[in-house]
Amino acid sequence: MEQFTLTLPSKAPQPSAVHTVLCGVVSSGNLEVLVEPLAARDTCEIVVNTSAHGFRDIWQAVLTDFAERHAVGGLRLSLNDAGATPAVVSLRLDQAFEMCVGDRA
Amino acid sequence: MSDTTSSRWNKLAHSRGERLARAAGLASGRIVSADNIVPLLEAVIEPGDRLCIEGNNQKQADFLARSLVRTDPAKLRDLHLVQSVLALPEHIDLIERGQVSRIDFSFSGPQAARLARLVESKKITIGAIHTYLELFARYFVDLTPRVALIAAQMADREGNLYTGPNTEDTPAIVEATAFKGGIVIAQVNQIVDKLPRVDIPADWVNFVVQAPTPHYIEPLFTRDPALITEIQVLMGMIAIKGLYAEYGVRRLNHGIGFDTAAIELLLPTYAADLGLKGKICTHWALNPHPTLIPAIEAGFVESVHCFGSEVGMERYTAARPDIFFVGADGTMRSNRAFSQAAGHYACDLFIGSTLQIDLQGNSSTATKGRIAGFGGAPNMGADARGRRHASPAWLRAGREGRGNIAMPRGQKLVVQTVETFREHMQPTFVERLDAWALAETANMELPPVMIYGEDLTHIITEEGIANLLLCRTAEEREQAIRGVAGYTPVGMARDKRLVENLRDRGIIRRPEDLGIRKSDATRDLLAARSIKDLVHASGGLYEPPRQFRNW
Amino acid sequence: MTGRRISYFEASARQRLSGLVDEKSFSEFCPPELRKTSPHLARLDAPLAFDDGVVVGRATLAGHKIFIAAQEGRFNGGAVGEVHGAKIRGLLDKALLEKPAAVLLLVDSGGVRLHEANAGLIAISEIMRAVLRVQAAGIPVFALVGGSCGAFGGMGIVTRLCAEVVMSEQGRLALSGPEVIETVKGVEEFDSRDRALVWRVTGGKLRRALGEATMLVDDLIPAFRDASIDLIAKYKTYPLAPASLETLLAEHARLTARSERFATARDGREIWQATFVDAARVPELSVDEFNRQLGEQV
Repeated sequence: MEQFTLTLPSKAPQPSAVHTVLCGVVSSGNLEVLVEPLAARDTCEIVVNTSAHGFRDIWQAVLTDFAERHAVGGLRLSLNDAGATPAVVSLRLDQAFEMCVGDRA
Repeated sequence: MSDTTSSRWNKLAHSRGERLARAAGLASGRIVSADNIVPLLEAVIEPGDRLCIEGNNQKQADFLARSLVRTDPAKLRDLHLVQSVLALPEHIDLIERGQVSRIDFSFSGPQAARLARLVESKKITIGAIHTYLELFARYFVDLTPRVALIAAQMADREGNLYTGPNTEDTPAIVEATAFKGGIVIAQVNQIVDKLPRVDIPADWVNFVVQAPTPHYIEPLFTRDPALITEIQVLMGMIAIKGLYAEYGVRRLNHGIGFDTAAIELLLPTYAADLGLKGKICTHWALNPHPTLIPAIEAGFVESVHCFGSEVGMERYTAARPDIFFVGADGTMRSNRAFSQAAGHYACDLFIGSTLQIDLQGNSSTATKGRIAGFGGAPNMGADARGRRHASPAWLRAGREGRGNIAMPRGQKLVVQTVETFREHMQPTFVERLDAWALAETANMELPPVMIYGEDLTHIITEEGIANLLLCRTAEEREQAIRGVAGYTPVGMARDKRLVENLRDRGIIRRPEDLGIRKSDATRDLLAARSIKDLVHASGGLYEPPRQFRNW
Repeated sequence: MTGRRISYFEASARQRLSGLVDEKSFSEFCPPELRKTSPHLARLDAPLAFDDGVVVGRATLAGHKIFIAAQEGRFNGGAVGEVHGAKIRGLLDKALLEKPAAVLLLVDSGGVRLHEANAGLIAISEIMRAVLRVQAAGIPVFALVGGSCGAFGGMGIVTRLCAEVVMSEQGRLALSGPEVIETVKGVEEFDSRDRALVWRVTGGKLRRALGEATMLVDDLIPAFRDASIDLIAKYKTYPLAPASLETLLAEHARLTARSERFATARDGREIWQATFVDAARVPELSVDEFNRQLGEQV
């Protein structure tokens, strides 16, 4: 498994509390995304654990774009990936963000 | 024979007479027993003959192919095979036995690797690789078969043939052969007293043999909805909202695959919710895809003409005679030649998938080490310059694509729908197609391109839709392609500013620009999510082949 | 949207659980953010899941307190490893303390996670003992089987230990997997690619006809929910009694009679022939019609 962490600048999502959510399943070609609150509200931390080796550049691009199109500050995303394509990764990230932001107690 | 016809003008009929004379005693009327088939083939086929073994996309004259491989190579040699598909191992066996010197065909997917090896070791000469319609056309010009070995469902004792739902290529093959002094031999599943209807008259047929086992038909167009992914649902939504609704596409052809199966299954749900029933996807040139059943049942579809049939769909098509082309006998008839022509001239849109697309929009399924050919896609996926009648979609595409030209014309919508990455993270978008490498190793005059960039009007990926019609320069076109190529090297090398500009101008439209929420792209949107769902949708009329059933 | 159905088979473990229990009633034990992942998979450099492929916790069902575990069949075939198994065993141990109306096991598993070898075997046997302990204390355990992995291997055994087994037609319950049988015994013995045969031998309808499944329901999350609610009501009225010698002997007799009756049967068809009017039509029957016809046999 390859592991790396990206720390990206971003705006905070919403003033209210962030809920921990889990989105997706670790099956072949798929991934799960765990979203948790992060103390630093202007930063987004993304930890990637992936079974596909040598695609760090692509991960960097995909995750940077994700952090730009959503207000993900104050969030920590942890990914367990089993070889998903960028299409699936982007979709899952968007779903996780929506679950987290949309899901109020 | 007319008195005024001298032997100078009658060579073909004379030769046919000689061959039939050699076969005398092997048949009773037109009926030949299976035991006599090898002597019959040896009697009527001569060295150097152009021979068509009916190998269609689906139906195969498999008994006749197997019998050919048992003939004496000293007697049956130097043959020129002209046929739609090199599908069976026996087709290649015949070449390996040294009985074939030249081949002209359209598709060879099932034998692609073996064929490539034969070509590389120079054991065979390929005349040309065609599209289906192109080959049928040449049957009537310069590639007329001398002997045609065909497959039909039934014959009567006179030799009339019933080809039924899987009529496919047979009429084209038989007409060309029979009317140019050729010989037609048919294998049938059954010989009966009375046929449901006559598809091929006995006058056009010379011999009929009942094969020991029914001829093989490949269930090529069945796609299990359980395998459709969320990404394919997303791309299907983009196609429906960003393209079909936009241009008002009523008449179309879907290329084979899961991407188009997803679109078919989104019609009764997503498209219906958008109020599109009756406005899109009403008339089809399409095989009877099981995945079209829900859309038909929901009232989306008015007419479907089929290239062939599909295993398991016989009862369903027969029960929907207002939709499909069904004979007075109550069973369907298909015709690949006419469906291909329909795809060319009577459809406003083609959409299909491919393996590789380059920066000009040329797409190819060619890979090194495999010669697979074209099939029918180039007929569907090409602008039809001979077309004259107008439709709103065709006119609009023409205005978008040819706005500057003095003489206005319409244009066919030709669309490729692909994910940016295939399995094993292979990028779909490439700087240079593998087709070039294949052309070199296989000594082809041209790289085998399935759909030319010049004809391509749109590309759909998970990133959105690129409208190439609106691109004014080659550079805009290239950036439009890069702009939907996602995180592939081709996509990453985009000019960001230019791509943003293309998006502002609506040349690139992202899902959000179309009002599509990616999180809505779930399998829940599919009208059927399993083969069993399709059976239920059909009211039990659809009978899936064994490998698709778990009950 | 038009015609949308909430398929149990298609849903993830978390979607099934959340669709089954009363809205917002679920609180998770050992949630994914605790990152109790498998040390064995990590050592093998294989992908991990934050919840090790099983969700466990407490919820209510029609207001009744229940404990619930849902296995994720798409993670390593739902197979039970050390942590996964410990979560289920821990849930059952906790049930002894909190005494819910029932424990629901949403089984979707091929059995032991081979990667984890003995740790997986031990985990499943601990689950078996825990199920028996919980039921001995009068708390029924219901196994719900309707996912793509079915209930095989050790989880097949666990399922049969449960007081009730609710299956859909898509679910399967057996011990050895079809491919294993074919590999060991040959394709003439069992053609694992004949999916219709596999379901005739291990699928929900067959299991219901033989009595191993106590209920057959549609492949819909609400159908599983309604069945579970009915079962809770049943055990409220007739509490689970510990197995007495009489009940065990009676069950032995029933099983003996059944194995004699179907001694030579090799295919579900033969079971259908003995139990249904029109055996050939059984695979086509709707669940309601199947249950109705089966009920007429009694």
